Amino acid sequence: MALRRTMLYLPGNNPNMLIRGHLFKPDGVILDLEDSVALSEKDAARILVREVLKNIDFGGCEVTVRINGLDTPFWKKDLEEVIPCGIDGIRVPKVETPKDIELLDEAISEIESKNNIPEGKIQITCLLETALGIWNAYHIATASKRVTAICPGGEDLRADLKTSRSETSEELVGPRRMVVLAAHAAKVDPLDTVFSDITDDEGLRRETEWIKQIGFQGKSVIHPNQIPIIHDVFTPTEKEIAQAKKIVQAAKEAAEKGLGAVSVDGKMVDKPVVKRAEYTLQKAGLLEGGE
Amino acid sequence: MAVNAVGRDIPSSIPGYKDDVVLFRGATKRLPKGNRYGKKNRTTFFTKTDKTLPNIKAAIRESGLQSGMTISFHHHLRNGDYVVNMVLDACAEMGIKDLVIFPTALFGIHKHLTKHIQKGVIRQIQGSVNGPIGQLVSEGGMELPVVLRSHGGRPRAVISGDVKIDVAFIAAPTADKYGNLTGACGQSACGSLGYTHTDADYAECVVAITDNLVEYPAPYIQIPQTQVDYVVQVDKIGDPAGIVSGTTRVTRDPMRLLIARYAAKLIESSPYFKEGISFQTGAGGISLATAAYVRDAMRKRGIKGSFGLGGITSFFVDMLEEGLFKQIMDVQSFDLAAVESISRNAAHVEISADWYANPWNAGCMVNMLDTVVLGATEVDRNFNVNVNTESDGALLHGIGGHQDTASGAKLTIITTPLLRGRLPSVVDSVYTVTTPGEVVDAVVTEFGVAINPKRQDLLDAIKPSKDLPLVTIDELAEKAKKIAGEMAPIEYTDRIIGVIEYRDGSVIDVVRQIKKK
Repeated sequence: MALRRTMLYLPGNNPNMLIRGHLFKPDGVILDLEDSVALSEKDAARILVREVLKNIDFGGCEVTVRINGLDTPFWKKDLEEVIPCGIDGIRVPKVETPKDIELLDEAISEIESKNNIPEGKIQITCLLETALGIWNAYHIATASKRVTAICPGGEDLRADLKTSRSETSEELVGPRRMVVLAAHAAKVDPLDTVFSDITDDEGLRRETEWIKQIGFQGKSVIHPNQIPIIHDVFTPTEKEIAQAKKIVQAAKEAAEKGLGAVSVDGKMVDKPVVKRAEYTLQKAGLLEGGE
Repeated sequence: MAVNAVGRDIPSSIPGYKDDVVLFRGATKRLPKGNRYGKKNRTTFFTKTDKTLPNIKAAIRESGLQSGMTISFHHHLRNGDYVVNMVLDACAEMGIKDLVIFPTALFGIHKHLTKHIQKGVIRQIQGSVNGPIGQLVSEGGMELPVVLRSHGGRPRAVISGDVKIDVAFIAAPTADKYGNLTGACGQSACGSLGYTHTDADYAECVVAITDNLVEYPAPYIQIPQTQVDYVVQVDKIGDPAGIVSGTTRVTRDPMRLLIARYAAKLIESSPYFKEGISFQTGAGGISLATAAYVRDAMRKRGIKGSFGLGGITSFFVDMLEEGLFKQIMDVQSFDLAAVESISRNAAHVEISADWYANPWNAGCMVNMLDTVVLGATEVDRNFNVNVNTESDGALLHGIGGHQDTASGAKLTIITTPLLRGRLPSVVDSVYTVTTPGEVVDAVVTEFGVAINPKRQDLLDAIKPSKDLPLVTIDELAEKAKKIAGEMAPIEYTDRIIGVIEYRDGSVIDVVRQIKKK
């Protein structure tokens, strides 16, 4: 599984950020055609993003494009321009029902086949920014094989919940937990929304520690300075690494001996535990990303 | 015309500069001959115990200043300086013309001199020009070329007799009636008076201008009475807001932080990062952030440095007080904390520009420097650096200590964004060579770090990693070109408006008049 600890938004109308964003080594970049681009600039940003995609080597980052919502006149054009440029996926805002994903899936398939891109290559990350979207999270996540991640919204979701931002984001506790539950049930990545106060390093660290603990696999990022903090939180401790190494080594030895069961420190270890140990080592930068 | 060691066509004679131009042949090729220059002997008996004069005009009269002579100034009051403008106003009112001014640097506040240039009070500037004066000069607004020298090249020129200073006007934040001067206190305190010392030593006449005349003897004397001929008291020699900044804060700009992180990692991975390391950084965003990362690495690995050098900020003062440096050697104090520290901490030492950077003495500080972090307007595939001219060819910046520290330090690091807006900073060939590539060891950009292939020892010692991505300078130049496209060449005429001296007095490049758009 590819790491998705940090997915950095890059405004689609800002060449400075578009060409440099990957230098800050997020796990992924999101070239944004939606919220960071004013209505009057939608065409210009789409052209700029297309040219950047064609010309810049993103150095191993997962490259996704946030298109405009399915309720706007832009989303199809967005897909047509960016999919042929060799991206990994599409991030789609304000998904509310599985039908949205079916519609998107169909449009992507058509573009893939027109451009000789292997069918199903383009992945989808769904932003669930309304109460309905959160409620339908599991069904959205399973609506297409392309869906590999779902994310709760921030401000839009608060508005739809008829509440506002509190210091502890109490209002998003339930939706976040629902997204985590639905994502893991659907075997996709739950990724958290952004932390918008870019000068509050401590607040970011606290929030990241919490979302990691409840099961998120990463977080959307709006400023490069947030990346090292989030990576630090998601980086396993020495103790976790040592334990993971032991498990992976035991599994390797068991496989060599042709044994089905793996045992570490006298305890039987299941296959998922081995997988998680491998993932731990990967997060620590000690194992290449697999699958 | 002949081609110098950095491939520049330099005329053998440049009107208003020299009839026998010395070509730059390499960083250590030109050696001094003969004896040092000396000013006339003088005597002052016990019958004279007060050197004060009522005003600047009286001092100009007593100094014997006449049209065509050379007068010098220091830039410790930076953009808050009133003294240069006051002295030139007085000269203009007294009908003195055709002066050569020889400042250690000029700032934006000196755009006031434009009218004196246009009216012929000032005939030539030997020193850095920037902002409006730079623009004026670049468009051909002065008859004689500007001569630029580094902080070390300037005292070399004075001591060797290349430039004879007739009158040095020294802005003195504190003075007594017998000519003891200090920058450490007074309403216009600026800390170190490092750039002033050579002028005080060698000028035929030395006039101190102060706004804080204290009882004899002045405290914390930096320039002694033995060198000063006259003292003038005025209301204000400067605006404290332009002299020192109150705080020095590390940037939060992610690109600058990224470049700084790479630069710090390079230092940390080099053979020089060990007990007793010495370093110099500027006060700019990337430099200061680099210093912050290096400091953190020193703390983490328990390393104590020997000395910090150059323009001093609160940042270095804190490192000194924390024990991360044994001493700081201060040629210029940038902020209030540095000003306050210099007189209270014996380990915070004022040094002259001669001591700091002059290549022609028995050993200057830069020779003992392990690593320096410098900026650039442009750097090219041969590692030549331009800090003098802007993208339109206008002469807008001085050399500062760039050539000196680059030439002295064991590890010279140039930090620059690969592009500023659409303008590439790594190019095929710089428009103006300030510092030759042979003394530059690495170029650090947000797209990676290029080590000069001449430093095979560094390339062997340094392992690339995620935190230190190594690239070649050609790769950087290609990348910049790919992103920004080709730049239109600068259009210029044949007329030389600026001469860039290397620190040894040879000519490394010339700047030609730009065509008006």
